[in-house]
Amino acid sequence: MIIIEHLSKWFGDFAAVDDLSLCVQPGEVLGFLGPNGAGKSTTMKMITGYLAPSAGSISVMGHDIEKDSLAAQRLIGYLPEGAPGYGDMTPAQFLRFIAEIRGFRGRDLTEKVAYVVEQLSLGKVLHQTIETLSKGFKRRVGLAQAILHDPQVLILDEPTDGLDPNQKQQVRDLIGNLSKEKIVIISTHILEEVSAVCSRAVIIADGRLRSDSTPEQLLQQSRYRNAVNLHLTEQNTDLQQLKEIADVEDIELSENGLRVVALAKQGQFIYPLIDEFIRQKNIAIDSISVESGRLDEVFQRITREVV
Amino acid sequence: MSFAINSLIIIIRRELYGYFATPLAYIFLVIFLMLTGIFTFYLGNFYERGQADLLSFFSYHPWLYLILVPAIAMRLWAEERKSGTVELIMTLPVPLWVWVVGKFLAAWLFAGINLLLTFPMWLTVNYLGEPDNGVIVTGYVGSWLLAGGFLAVGCCMSALSKSQVIAFILSLVLCFLFTLSGFPMVLDFFSGWAPQWLIDAIAEVSFLTHFQSISKGVISLQDCLYFISMIVVWLVANTIVIDMKKAE
Repeated sequence: MIIIEHLSKWFGDFAAVDDLSLCVQPGEVLGFLGPNGAGKSTTMKMITGYLAPSAGSISVMGHDIEKDSLAAQRLIGYLPEGAPGYGDMTPAQFLRFIAEIRGFRGRDLTEKVAYVVEQLSLGKVLHQTIETLSKGFKRRVGLAQAILHDPQVLILDEPTDGLDPNQKQQVRDLIGNLSKEKIVIISTHILEEVSAVCSRAVIIADGRLRSDSTPEQLLQQSRYRNAVNLHLTEQNTDLQQLKEIADVEDIELSENGLRVVALAKQGQFIYPLIDEFIRQKNIAIDSISVESGRLDEVFQRITREVV
Repeated sequence: MSFAINSLIIIIRRELYGYFATPLAYIFLVIFLMLTGIFTFYLGNFYERGQADLLSFFSYHPWLYLILVPAIAMRLWAEERKSGTVELIMTLPVPLWVWVVGKFLAAWLFAGINLLLTFPMWLTVNYLGEPDNGVIVTGYVGSWLLAGGFLAVGCCMSALSKSQVIAFILSLVLCFLFTLSGFPMVLDFFSGWAPQWLIDAIAEVSFLTHFQSISKGVISLQDCLYFISMIVVWLVANTIVIDMKKAE
């Protein structure tokens, strides 16, 4: 369990993290969301013991990160932002080095390295220096380094930033496979990632906690929750009457009048009503679909609120 | 403690590898050996002196180290900070001082390898005459200690900046000041207005004063202590600097 209590970090007068309290249980995959400069990386740097908090405390599996940092760091696997590695070493040498520093020897070490090499498909580039690797491979070497000692706590700072869709999926699968009994904290500003891998989404802005819920609950806050999208074959003036349906909050029309979004009142499911309306009026449509909500809209609303 | 020593060995190995992974180390070795030769035979008048000793070899070491040692030290921390690996290594379960000492020892060993490779000089002087080999050994020890002192300054300066060039210049300037501080022209600048204890202190911290007596074969506890405390002080400063600079 990670317990963060009243955590603050000031750089001069600037509060990068401001009175943040959070508790993460084993088994949780926590998505750490926020605009750039919100304090995500700073918080992660404090959890991993790189930066000292200005105020507040962090305990990782019962070890205070300031008083008992080495014990806590043994339990943590950390991928810093940008996945730094030694450019002059090959992944094989680099992973061996990390494994040795983590205290593995002999066969145990060889097995650990072989395991992560396989998990992250690094076989092809094992003997090429890291500086010559593509961004995707560098990121994977960074991930391999982080999961090498099978840590109970995994902290990943933007693990999929700069990866192509296939690589993103691979990383997400990897996270999904290992997180049964572990604590995983992922920072990202890619919203799709949250619904894809996280069981909990925490949004921070200006160093403060703005929202703490499941990705599903975030979607429920969207004004597009259960909204119905219509693509019309031709323009139709009857559409304005959609507004008069009881559970429809509002409609949004595109400029050419061919695309319509009907917003539902909170908690209402309007699809059957819209469907009926279209049949009645005999409106020709190309497609109709229901939205589960838009995370980016919720994200913007939450992070832009001025306190 | 055994864990710390294990980590120390791993770090030293990694850093030494860092030197030899690029052609830099070899270029460096060649330059060092060439320069020691030039200094000894041309500037030091090795033959003309007609003495079977290596004084003309050792007496140029402070000036050689002034340029070469900051070059060995400059990448140690600057590169870690520039590439961001400093964040990675500081979050591994190894205390900061182990990294500081490990990196320093690796660089010091590298300097030692350089120094050992000047052995043809020793062979030459033994072939030409009958030198006091005890004095020569003392000279080597002194030279290595001197390199250690310069290196500790260089390590600390390397932690100050992400740029290796800035690290190089800063440590060159500092080492230069510490070398010169025993010279009359520096001391004259202070005499007249500064209290005597300060002038004595300035003369006392000079690398040169302490190195000269060792290179002549006189190895005193005081001189050894000077170099060792110089190394310790600068490595402690190094640790503090890294801690302070983390936030940047």
